Amino acid sequence: MSFVALKMLFGDRAKYLMLLAGLTFSTMLIVQQGSIFWGLMTWSMSGISNVNAPVWVTDPNINQVEEIKPLADTAVTRVRSVPGVEWAVPLYKGVQRARLRDGNFEQIALVGIDPSTLIGRPYTVLDGRIEELRAPETVAVDELTVERLGGPNKIHVGSTFEINDHRVRIVAIVQAQKSFQNIPFVYTTYERALRITPQERRKLSYVLVGPQPGISAEALAGRIQKETGLGAYSGDQFGWKTMQWVLKNTGIGVNFGTTVFLGFIVGMAIAGQTFYLFTVENLQQFGALKAIGASTGMLARMILLQSFTVGLIGYGIGIGLATLFGLTAGRGGVLPFKETWPLLLGVFVALMMICSLSSVISIRKLAKLEPAVVFRG
Amino acid sequence: MVNGVKATVQEFEHDLSRWLVRAKGITKSFGEGHTKIPVLKGVDLDVARGEVLLLVGPSGSGKTTLLSVIAGILEADEGELMILGENIKAFSQSAKTLFRRDHLGFVFQQYHLLPTLTASENAAVPLLIRGMPKRDAMAHAEEVLRSVGMGERLASLPNRLSGGEQQRVAIARALAGDPQLLLCDEPTASLDAETGHRVVEQLRAIGKRPDRAVIIVTHDSRIFEFGDRIVHMDDGLVHQIQDGSEQVSG
Repeated sequence: MSFVALKMLFGDRAKYLMLLAGLTFSTMLIVQQGSIFWGLMTWSMSGISNVNAPVWVTDPNINQVEEIKPLADTAVTRVRSVPGVEWAVPLYKGVQRARLRDGNFEQIALVGIDPSTLIGRPYTVLDGRIEELRAPETVAVDELTVERLGGPNKIHVGSTFEINDHRVRIVAIVQAQKSFQNIPFVYTTYERALRITPQERRKLSYVLVGPQPGISAEALAGRIQKETGLGAYSGDQFGWKTMQWVLKNTGIGVNFGTTVFLGFIVGMAIAGQTFYLFTVENLQQFGALKAIGASTGMLARMILLQSFTVGLIGYGIGIGLATLFGLTAGRGGVLPFKETWPLLLGVFVALMMICSLSSVISIRKLAKLEPAVVFRG
Repeated sequence: MVNGVKATVQEFEHDLSRWLVRAKGITKSFGEGHTKIPVLKGVDLDVARGEVLLLVGPSGSGKTTLLSVIAGILEADEGELMILGENIKAFSQSAKTLFRRDHLGFVFQQYHLLPTLTASENAAVPLLIRGMPKRDAMAHAEEVLRSVGMGERLASLPNRLSGGEQQRVAIARALAGDPQLLLCDEPTASLDAETGHRVVEQLRAIGKRPDRAVIIVTHDSRIFEFGDRIVHMDDGLVHQIQDGSEQVSG
């Protein structure tokens, strides 16, 4: 009877299109809002994901990666002395001012990495050689820096600009995940970063740590915390900690959660109502099928097939439209848009819930339907 | 004693071989308490194999309710009901559904064709319900449609067919599963005289086949001549049974 169910569905074009529109809209809204939400969360964790260190050591009272509470320089050696530590390197991070030749200023996030190992460097180098950071007065910049400081004609490998009145030369253009504050990243060596930034008593932002083989990042973080009294987190732990802080302090979670919930409700309402109408208007036909010998179970399977079919089509179109939106509106990383498979899986489950729940209303109606209705003219 | 039991069994087997439907003392009421309305008040009715039986009577006389009870769609409050030798009163709802699927055919006054299915797809529905593969079901349905003169309209949707054509598709649908008992509710009510005659002629031809029977509920006196017997119902009881050849009027 699958064939009959599908012909009933596609034959009633107006209701089919209305159902499809409702489920497509619902999918698109949930995927689009979910992707922007996850994009924002990714941006909030970019300070961690760009550096990609197994363990981060910092002040024990820190809430999130952008909240820098400098440590004493001795922290690096203290951490190195903890059993299970393979390596430990310093990292500087701070917001500075870059000045262009035309006199314009731009805020940049300056990241100072260990010159010998270059741990903390971005993985993708788009142009130039990041190893040349070891040369005097050099920096690597991300694409956003290029854009903000005047575009590729002005900012390229070999060009120069000033950070806090220190002239620096670009040796590499790198790819880095944007930050929540949308400030461009500039990479240099740790010592050079200390030199070109204003004087402070403490400048060590983080100690990046690698565990010895066989030791997990989480276990090592716990050990460092216990033995040094410093705050230590694995990359994942620090990422979640940062995300939780953002969710708690910005209201982003409530805003996006409300929109996603509304998308679910709208999809549910449209699908449920249209499906119910579809069933009610075909009640005589369903009654005839029951009289002829179709069981309630068979009619329920027909309704579910109709529901899941239109749901799957709506899911495909909805995702297509949301992706198209992400590709156009989010082009060049202007909009945080991260469409991930867990999100798509979650939306799929949500949509199947919408389809199941809206089918239940119709199935209940059919279960109560007496086939004698067909003898009443 | 043994001879007596043997005689009863033989009588019963004789009954089964002769009667397709045996109903005794069927009662059916709707509502509860003060609002209870008795619709069938003890109906006795037998339908023989190869018989075309017309159930006639004024509105509210209980014809359609009796048809629904015989179909196993409504449950009789009291009485005995044997269809094809089966006591369907003892069946569960799902067993009744299966029984209808496998042994009964229906023709409704309003046809109840699925509007988005073609004539041949509509006729194939009972076979699809039985789980027959689509290709086989369609081939058989087309064959039945040709037998009722609808060979030229196989791919037509119901809204492209006249009332008579739609009823013939409905008959083809009822016949596709090769039912032993065909139950028809006002099959000519929406048809003109000529088309109605043609439709009833087809129903009669089906009823006259061996091991088959047709029960037709009707108000239409123009088709009385087609019945082997005409059962008059009034106020929930069988009022009169006449031979079809007597040509009773309304």
